[in-house]
Amino acid sequence: MATGDEDLAREAALGDRAAFAVLVDRHYEAIFRLAWRLLGSRADAEDVAQDVCVALPAKLRRFEARARFTTWLHRVTLNAVRDHLRRRATRQRAAEGWGEVELMRSAEAAETRAALGWLATAMSALPEDQRETAALVLGEELSHAEAGAVLGISAGTVSWRMSAIRTALRAMAAAEEEGI
Amino acid sequence: MSDELDRLQNALRDAPPAPAPQARAQALAAAMAAFDAEAEKNPTGTQAADARLRSKKTRPHWAARLFGGLQMPSLTLKSTLLGGASLAVLALGVVIVQDPDLLDPQPKPITVPTSQPAELTDTRPRTDMAEERTADPVVGQIVTRSEDASTQSPPSDSDAENATAPADPRPAETLRDAPLQEAPVPAAPAPMASELAPSDAPMRQQLSGLERVQPMMRQPGDTRRATRELGLLAPTPPGIVAPDAAPQDAPIIAPPDRDRFETKPDNPVKLVAEEPVSTFSIDVDTASYAWMRRSLNQGQMPDPDAVRIEELVNYFSYAYPAPETRETPFETSVSVMPSPWNADRKLLHIGIQGYELSDDARPDANLVFLIDVSGSMQAADKLPLLVNAFRLLLSELRPTDEVAIVTYAGGAGVALEPTPAAEADRILAVLERLQAGGGTRGEAGLHEAYALAEAMMAEGEITRVLLATDGDFNLGLSSDEALTALIEEKRETGVFLSVLGFGEGNYNDALMQRLAQNGNGIAAYIDSLMEARKVLVEGVTGALFPIAKDVKIQIEFNPATIAEYRLIGYETRALNREDFNDDSVDAGEIGAGHSVTAIYEITPVDSPARATDPLRYAQPDSAPQRAPESAPQTAPAAADTSDEYAFLKLRYKLPDAEESVLITRPVTPADETASAEARFAAAVAGFGQLLKGGRYLGDWSYADARALARANLGNDPFGHRAEFLRLLALAETLDR
Repeated sequence: MATGDEDLAREAALGDRAAFAVLVDRHYEAIFRLAWRLLGSRADAEDVAQDVCVALPAKLRRFEARARFTTWLHRVTLNAVRDHLRRRATRQRAAEGWGEVELMRSAEAAETRAALGWLATAMSALPEDQRETAALVLGEELSHAEAGAVLGISAGTVSWRMSAIRTALRAMAAAEEEGI
Repeated sequence: MSDELDRLQNALRDAPPAPAPQARAQALAAAMAAFDAEAEKNPTGTQAADARLRSKKTRPHWAARLFGGLQMPSLTLKSTLLGGASLAVLALGVVIVQDPDLLDPQPKPITVPTSQPAELTDTRPRTDMAEERTADPVVGQIVTRSEDASTQSPPSDSDAENATAPADPRPAETLRDAPLQEAPVPAAPAPMASELAPSDAPMRQQLSGLERVQPMMRQPGDTRRATRELGLLAPTPPGIVAPDAAPQDAPIIAPPDRDRFETKPDNPVKLVAEEPVSTFSIDVDTASYAWMRRSLNQGQMPDPDAVRIEELVNYFSYAYPAPETRETPFETSVSVMPSPWNADRKLLHIGIQGYELSDDARPDANLVFLIDVSGSMQAADKLPLLVNAFRLLLSELRPTDEVAIVTYAGGAGVALEPTPAAEADRILAVLERLQAGGGTRGEAGLHEAYALAEAMMAEGEITRVLLATDGDFNLGLSSDEALTALIEEKRETGVFLSVLGFGEGNYNDALMQRLAQNGNGIAAYIDSLMEARKVLVEGVTGALFPIAKDVKIQIEFNPATIAEYRLIGYETRALNREDFNDDSVDAGEIGAGHSVTAIYEITPVDSPARATDPLRYAQPDSAPQRAPESAPQTAPAAADTSDEYAFLKLRYKLPDAEESVLITRPVTPADETASAEARFAAAVAGFGQLLKGGRYLGDWSYADARALARANLGNDPFGHRAEFLRLLALAETLDR
């Protein structure tokens, strides 16, 4: 059996069960981790990861082997996260992941807030598109071009977003210092 | 890379925890099951793959063997149908699980493998699915609404998109329940954000019915989400789990309802002998009326918890006598009349009328529109309506008033610097450019709004933040308490806050009420442009200009004449007896032109309708005790008070004052008149009580309410009372 991702994907699309099994097994963790970076919650990341895995057989049929599999998989995962958030936005008050409201309304808010840490603060402060960009460029460590390919935007736009993120983080740091 | 980005990178890179083995195993198992299902029913894909195979030079051996070995269903009609049937079952299963029950109206499940073409195009038939926003989710209703994913998703590669099985419309329709009525919706039902009907008591039965269906149909992949979310477990919130935190599921935090109302038991009958003093804060909010109207217009009786009788009664303006001068900001009228629903009881009706500000007499207004533009605001009855509402308000402002606009979504920003209302075009241009999208960083928005408001403040002018939201406040890391503390602090510096609520599904009524009260403002629910007009045009001076704040009412009943009393409404406004004289206790505010009505049902001592027996061992006092501070305003102590029914006290503060002023008057048999206005108010109060169960009404009915209201319709320049009659008729029908 061919071992490269693109080959496995092609074969899985053709009906090779074993190839598919290897592929999913190999990439589950990556899917989960990207979902986690975008959502900030284990439960949500697990949900999305499962969604993606279950959707893969059908999606693989449309995967064109000349594209890079990981880029394609990033995109699939990203879209799954967006769908998840949209669905959940209609269910709970928190329209975004890195959920602020539900947790904050709980009795344990004070303790949890302490546990949240800087990362949650930062991610929840960013608008959705910057958060996605951060997850891909900083979390997945993609190049701006690769991230652009996943997001469907140009590398230049990615760069612009990264600088916007930097500005936002600086503002956050300044606000932190002022004790806001 | 800079320090900040470094820090974020390190955090993002290292933060994700290892996947849980159980979740992983479950996901993989589900994936394989999906793969098998896909293989079974997809001859097309295989045929195309076949062609691809043939065209490729590199054709692995094992693939050929597999290809030959697989049971490739031939493309006969029968096999296609079989495949189609199983697809429909799959789709049905998934749709039931995911789709038009309360929690997940989106019929585009990512978990359904389908053999349908990938693209979700705009030509997909939508109407048969009634995906339009016909019946908006109302408390107590299941709603089907779906989302046009192709317009919702940001542009992304089409080949990574998933499809919706065309089988969706059918199951969606069977799941939708009959009671849904199509309500006229002001805006076109363009594709918009999915919204949810909150779960609710009436809905729970339906939910449980759905639940029973699901386990048969559910795909393994959906079990996770379904079990967690559908069974009325609180949906797992998007918990932020610290990287080393253990629990898989975040703690159950929020109740399944998303429209939130404070629940208070109805005021009971109280004994004068035991509790002669009743104290409460006035309330001029009208949100409950609009919410009730919306429910009824959608064919559903409103949730009793959502009905605040005082807000129904106070929705209307009454022809109460107005104050002569501005020194005393309002005039109080009192009357006693027979209770419409119980001949042996009476109603004590208290009307307070604030003075009206004419357009020239009013101070300049500095307004900051603080507008929620998060993704959930996308619906037609939210942001677009909000923009129109503010347009109406704009037309009521004077050229010297100033307007600024702050929006908040994922971030917060000043959309318009303070601008004189004379430059209406500029203001309108900004309003019309508003788009919904992103998260909801309400706290940042509030800070910005207050900062702007403080910059706009000036002596002799009124400065107010008008918060317009669907309730999804989502205030960053602050709790509700921190939020209200902020608003109170700002109020002290002279910036008031009013809250305008829009839409359903996110409506956090309890929070809105609290914010408005703390901000010395009103909370209104804008369900239509007409309501916007009522609140922001007809009632503009009331909405913007306070004439008295912290207004409290205290009544002491005379046990010699009255045995029992029951305050109708104001359950959420109750105050302790000692709060009345405590100026630090916050209470409601009256805006210019507002009137406030409070109604007690009272049982005279000699009435056969007394719910309780007289005490055997205690003698009723012949002269009631009275608190000392009432002395200056009353007749000399020698006067006979034995036939008074009650003693009414009212405290208020002028808008800039710190100390309250006291007004008192006795309630005597001489007040036993009944104006048509008081009777109309009684009809509304009766209606409110019927909506909440009518426990004290005997067999008084909606028809009786209607008759009473119609007989006392009075002056109705804007048709609000006529509308009330229609709502009564509607309630009567729905309640059968």
